[in-house]
Amino acid sequence: MEYYLISAVKAALLMGFLLLTLLYLQWIERKVIAHVQVRIGPSRVGPHGLLQPVADSLKLLLKEDLIPPHVNKFLYLLAPFVAVTLSLLSFAVIPFGPEVEVLGVRTRMQLADLDIAVLFVLAVSAMTVYAVVLAGWSSNSKYPLLGGLRSAAQMISYELPLALAVAAPLLLANTLNLREIVERQGGYYLGLLPRWNIVQLPAPQLLGFLVFGVAMFAETNRIPFDLPEAENELVAGFHAEYSAMKFAAFFMAEYANMITVSAMATLLFLGGWHPLWPREYGSDLLAPALLAGVGALALYHGVNPARERDRRTLPAVAGGFFLLAAVFLLPPLREVLMPLFWFLGKVGLLLWVFMWVRGTLPRFRYDQLMRFAWGFLFPVAVVNLLATGLLVAVF
Amino acid sequence: MDGVLFLIFASIAVVCALNVVLQKQPIASALSLVGVMGSLAMLYLLLGAQFIAAVQVIVYAGAVMVLFVMVIMLLNAGAERPTGASVMASALGGPLLAVLLLVLAYVILLAFPDPRPVRFGEFRQGGAAELGYALFTRYLLPFELTSVLVLIAIAGAVVLAWREVRK
Repeated sequence: MEYYLISAVKAALLMGFLLLTLLYLQWIERKVIAHVQVRIGPSRVGPHGLLQPVADSLKLLLKEDLIPPHVNKFLYLLAPFVAVTLSLLSFAVIPFGPEVEVLGVRTRMQLADLDIAVLFVLAVSAMTVYAVVLAGWSSNSKYPLLGGLRSAAQMISYELPLALAVAAPLLLANTLNLREIVERQGGYYLGLLPRWNIVQLPAPQLLGFLVFGVAMFAETNRIPFDLPEAENELVAGFHAEYSAMKFAAFFMAEYANMITVSAMATLLFLGGWHPLWPREYGSDLLAPALLAGVGALALYHGVNPARERDRRTLPAVAGGFFLLAAVFLLPPLREVLMPLFWFLGKVGLLLWVFMWVRGTLPRFRYDQLMRFAWGFLFPVAVVNLLATGLLVAVF
Repeated sequence: MDGVLFLIFASIAVVCALNVVLQKQPIASALSLVGVMGSLAMLYLLLGAQFIAAVQVIVYAGAVMVLFVMVIMLLNAGAERPTGASVMASALGGPLLAVLLLVLAYVILLAFPDPRPVRFGEFRQGGAAELGYALFTRYLLPFELTSVLVLIAIAGAVVLAWREVRK
């Protein structure tokens, strides 16, 4: 009974946090790209446009739920449903931190500790292509069909290097369990350097990480691999015929998939929730120091205000950040928050790279995309896997 | 609980399998086949074969069926039309199917005279490690022979594609 209760609470917490993140990831992305392109980005709705996501979702909710007359109705409605369900499913097996004790209950910061967690995530990501293909086919019009076709070819092609890149760290860890993979990356060389898979002896996975990094852009249909929805050739590709919340569902799935692959990269290559340097040298103090730094900056600009109202608002913001920094220092909460901070920090950094690349790179041509996958990425992934196998077997 | 889950996924598998044959749209048939694969994976999972279950989804539903669906979309295959099948086929089809099912049931009953229900969690050798050990010790020869077979298939595909290119 207790097990079900704890699981329900954990699931509710995870979903709440995840949905809030999905809502605000779009705002963050718009802000990041705006600053890459020397613009300000959303700034009208709420302070710094912070209420923009709420306004956007309200708009999408209240829009007319249009179903074009020429579509295959069942599959057309099934596609966004499949997209969202599959994109949220992977989070069930992703560990966010070690075993912790909260209010006298010892529990793992993870919903389900599967022995085949890596395969589970691969299986779910292999199924996500159906959402795009179904949307493209059932729309029964030219551009979505082309988008769906491209997406199917692209996702099959890039799944191979992705899976091969995933296999190499598995050789180092000797298990398919995500928790054990992360636990094997704990500890430090010479008491200082991390033992993350990306630098772990005898076979550092730097090459594997780069292959995974490229393939994860293709798997999530992001620039520079966003050919399924290339605006200037295919209008909007597979979701051209979707509107209102069904359109939003595809967007939500895309962001959720971005978080999933970033989390997988963090768990497999970047040491999960293990800090970059050991606790003895104060890795626990990084989070409070960062938060207090932001608070101090806000306080400084509050004292020397650029506008009249900054004199009131910025000190309040600074107070909030100082409070957060203090929360991170409380001993019982610290044990829970520090692993979370490191894990989410790494995931956030990878998500930021997604946005940075979108602001920087143009889109590939289709033949370049395919040649790159089969002619370069796949051989590199194979060589990396073979070399890792040899090194693990010899040492 | 196991019984209920088995009944749910077994009936999904049967309904989807019937749907594969009965649907007129090729894409609907292909998607029903994905349903069969998925529910089979769940049945494997109920038996404790977690690795096989995951691989079933990755290989069949995730790769093979995606290729099927892609080819159907590429050819833009429309709905099938009945070709006015022969009288013999429509007259004998139903009875033959019934006979086949009966024979199948009889053979299974003969092979397993005392069926003992499998309970969830009973079989614990379905993980990757156990499976790998079995493949590389007890089933080494069949495993290696299969790999040769796959290699021949790859070589054949390359030869066929190469001929196209030369033309």
